[in-house]
Amino acid sequence: MSVIYVLLAISIVVAVFFFIAFIVSVKSGQYDDSYTPSVRMLFEDELVQKKATKKKDSIEDKIQLNKQL
Amino acid sequence: MDTTNCYHCGDDCGNTIIEFDEKNFCCNGCKTVYDIFASNDLSYYYDLQSAAGTTPKAVEEKYDFLDTSAIVERLTEFNDGNLQIVNLYIPHIHCSSCIWVLENLNKLNSGIHYSQVDFPKKTVRITYRTSNISLKDLVTLLARIGYEPYISLDDYDNKKKGADRSLIYKLGVAGFAFGNVMFLSFPDYFDLSTSKASGGEFWLNQYQDVFRWLMFTFSLPVVFYAGADYFVSAYKGLRSKILNIDVPIALGIVVLFLRSTFDIIFNWGPGFFDSLTGLVFFLLLGKFFQQKTYSFLSFERDYKSYFPIAVTRIVTGGNEETVQVHDIKRGDRLLIRNEELIPVDGILIEGNARIDYSFVTGESEPVRKVSGDKIFAGGKQLQGVIEMEALKKVSQSYLTQLWSNSVFQTNKSDTFQTLTDSIGKRFTITVLSIAAISTAFWLYHEPGKAMNVFTAVLIIACPCALSLAAPFTLGNMLRIFGRKKFYLKDTVTIEQLAQIDTAIFDKTGTITTTKESVATYEGMPLTAEEESLLKNTIRASNHTLSRELYEMLSEQNIVTLDEYEEHLGKGIIGTKDSNRMKVGSADFVGEPQIEGNLNTSVHISSNDSYKGKFVFHNEYRDGISNVFRTMSETLQLAILSGDNAGEKARLEKLLPKLTPLYFNQKPEQKLEFVKSLQHQNKKVMMVGDGLNDAGALAQANVGIAISENINVFSPACDGILDATKFKQLYRYILASKKAIKIIKVSFVLSLLYNIIGLYFAVTGRLEPVIAAILMPLSSISVVAFTTIMTNILGKKIDR
Repeated sequence: MSVIYVLLAISIVVAVFFFIAFIVSVKSGQYDDSYTPSVRMLFEDELVQKKATKKKDSIEDKIQLNKQL
Repeated sequence: MDTTNCYHCGDDCGNTIIEFDEKNFCCNGCKTVYDIFASNDLSYYYDLQSAAGTTPKAVEEKYDFLDTSAIVERLTEFNDGNLQIVNLYIPHIHCSSCIWVLENLNKLNSGIHYSQVDFPKKTVRITYRTSNISLKDLVTLLARIGYEPYISLDDYDNKKKGADRSLIYKLGVAGFAFGNVMFLSFPDYFDLSTSKASGGEFWLNQYQDVFRWLMFTFSLPVVFYAGADYFVSAYKGLRSKILNIDVPIALGIVVLFLRSTFDIIFNWGPGFFDSLTGLVFFLLLGKFFQQKTYSFLSFERDYKSYFPIAVTRIVTGGNEETVQVHDIKRGDRLLIRNEELIPVDGILIEGNARIDYSFVTGESEPVRKVSGDKIFAGGKQLQGVIEMEALKKVSQSYLTQLWSNSVFQTNKSDTFQTLTDSIGKRFTITVLSIAAISTAFWLYHEPGKAMNVFTAVLIIACPCALSLAAPFTLGNMLRIFGRKKFYLKDTVTIEQLAQIDTAIFDKTGTITTTKESVATYEGMPLTAEEESLLKNTIRASNHTLSRELYEMLSEQNIVTLDEYEEHLGKGIIGTKDSNRMKVGSADFVGEPQIEGNLNTSVHISSNDSYKGKFVFHNEYRDGISNVFRTMSETLQLAILSGDNAGEKARLEKLLPKLTPLYFNQKPEQKLEFVKSLQHQNKKVMMVGDGLNDAGALAQANVGIAISENINVFSPACDGILDATKFKQLYRYILASKKAIKIIKVSFVLSLLYNIIGLYFAVTGRLEPVIAAILMPLSSISVVAFTTIMTNILGKKIDR
C-alpha cells in the first residue's frame, strides 16, 4: 500500500507543473491582452487565401524583389 | 443630392467627390491613404471592415521634436542605438482592420521589424531599426495612414510601469491550494467520525498523517502569501481605530489556521484546511471581479496628458530649435503653429491669434488676441502661426497652478467608508460577543469543549459571503454601466453615486455640444437673390464662422462673384451684378455696436442698408430640459460656467425654475464652490468636461467627465460618460441606488447562513465537513443572487 506515496508524489508533481506553467504564462503577459489574439488568429489564413486567389504571380514577384532589397 | 460615402473613411463626400481606382473618396487625404495601402498589398484592410479609415491630418513639422535624441530616449522602451522599441498610444484603433494594418507595418517600411497591437489599450508596440527609419519618420508614417499617435507630456514624464499582476498570482496560488487540499480531504470526508481507536478504515487511518501534513503544507502559501493583504488591511484599520470588514476575515483566517494546525499536531481531527483555502480563494475571486479596469481610459489624467512634449523656440538670429516644455524659461520666444497648444502664460509678440480656450476656461467662442495681449497656457491656436514670449515656467502658469491644490494628492476611495466596512464594525462586535458568551457557557458546563466552541464560532462567522456581496454586485454594475458607455473608475464610485443629493453641471461642452452651434437670423427677411449672394460670398471665406454659417444655410446654386474682398479680422464683401453684400462685424457692416449682446453674431448688409444678423447660440444636448426636470425632483441642481452670461436667458427657459446659474467662474472658484457645499454636508456630483473643471471634479464626491469621444483627453475624474448617453445620467444614478439595495438584501442572505453555522458552532458540533459545505454554499448563492439581480437591473435601465 506504500504505493500511495508514489501516487501522491506523482499527483503533486503534475499539479505543481501546471501551477508553474500558469505562473510563467502570467509573467509573460499572456493575460494582459485577452482580446487582440482572438482577432489576430483569424488574419493569416484569409491573407494567404486572398493572395492565392486574386493576385497570384505579380505578388510573388514583388516578394522576391523585397527580399533582394 | 446623392450621398456618396468615402471608400476610406465612410464620411459623406459632399459636393467634391474624388474618384480614384473606381472608388470614391471625400478628400485627397483619404485617397492618399488608399493609394498607400493599395500599392503595398494592404487593400485587405478594406475587406476586413469597410470604411475603417480616418482622414489623415497634416502633420508636417508637428513632430520635429522627435529629432531630439533626449526625447526619443525617454519615449522608447528599449534603445540600443540601432534597434528601438516604442509603445505608442493610437486613439483611432477601433476595429480588426486597424489591428491588421498596424501589424503589417513592415510592408510599408522595411525598417519596421515587428509590430503588435494591444487592442483594449489601443496601443501598438513597434520594433524598428533606426538605420532605416527614425522615430519621427515612424510617427509621420503612422499619421499619414490615419493612425496618428497621441504623444503628450505625460508620456515623457512617466516611464511606463509594469502591470500589477500580483492579484492574479495570489488567485492562482489560492486556487491551486484549494483544489489540492479538497482532494486530500476526501479520505476524511468518506471516513466520517472514525479513528484508529474506534476501529475505522485501516488504510485511511494508516496514511492520514501524510494527507494532513500535505494539506498543511499547501495552506502555508495561502495564509502567508495569498491572504497577506487581509492582515495588512485589518492591521491598518485597527491602527486607525476602524473595525473594517477585513478584521473578522483576518481573525477567521488566523483562527482557522491555528486551530487546524493544533488539530493535526495533537491528532484531534483533520483540521479545516479545505475551508481555509476555499475562503481565501473565494475572497480573492471577489476582489478580482471587482477590479474591472478600462485599460483604454485613464482616470488620472492631469494637464500633462494634454500638453505637448516640446515646442519650437526661436533663438537669437531667427533660428528655430525644439525645446522641451519643462525647459522653457522666462523670456523665451516661442513659435506656436496652427492647431498647437500654448504651453505657458506669455505675451503675444507677432501674428493674429485666435485662441480656443473652451477647454481651459469654458468660454465657448475662440478669442482674438493682438500683439501685446496676454495669452494663457492651455489655449489652442486656431489660425496661422504666432510668436509669443514666455512670462512664466510651465508649472507656474495660471492653469497648471490648479494642480498644486491638495485635492489632487488625496485619493477619495481611501477616505470613503463603504457599506461593507460600516457593516463590518457591527458584525465584528456581534461575533466577538457571541464567541465570548458561548465560551463562558461551555467553561461553566464542560470546560474541555470551551476552546473548541470559541474557535468554531470565529471560523463559521468569518464573513466570506458577506464580503462577497458588494464586490460582485458592484463589479457587475460596473460592467453593465461600461456596456452602456458610462465608465467608472472603481466600485466605490457606484456607492458614492448612490448617495448623491446635489448635482452641479458645467455649461460649455457639458450641457452644450462642442460640435455644432446653431445660428438664428434676427432682422429683415432676405430675398432669394440676397440669400444666394450671401451663400456664395461666404463660400469663398475660410473664416471658421463663415464655414459654420455656410454649412447651415440652405443649398444655393454656385455662382461666380464679380468681386470679392476679404478684410482680415473685419469681414468680407461680395459683389454680383449690381448687388453688394457686406458680411462681418457690426462696425464693418455699418451698424453701431449693440450693447448688452454677449453672443457671437455675424452682421449682414445689402447695398449698404443693414439687414440683420446671425446670432450664434450654443447647441444644447438633446433632451436636456427633460433630464434636468426629472433630476430636480430628488437632487439639488446648479450650473457653474466659466463662460459669460450671454446664454442666461436661454438657460433659464430650458432648466427648471430657480436653478441657480453662476457665470464667469474661474477653476479655483468652481473648486471652492463644491467645497463649500460639502461643508454643508452635501454629497456633490460634479459633471464637467474640461481642464477648468478638473479641480471641482477632484473635489466633488463623484466627478464625472462628459466626453464626445472617450478616446481623447478628459480630465482626472471618477467616471467618464459618453456624451450620447447624457440623457441617461439620472437613470444611472437611480440604478446605483438600487444596486445598494441589492447588496443589503444579500447581506441578509449571508447572515442567514452565518446563523445556521453559528448553531452548529455554539452547540459544539461543528465538523470540518459542515464548514466545508456551508462556506462555499453561502458564497456561491450570494454570488448567484447578486449576479442575477444586477443583470435584471441592467436590463431595466434602458426601459
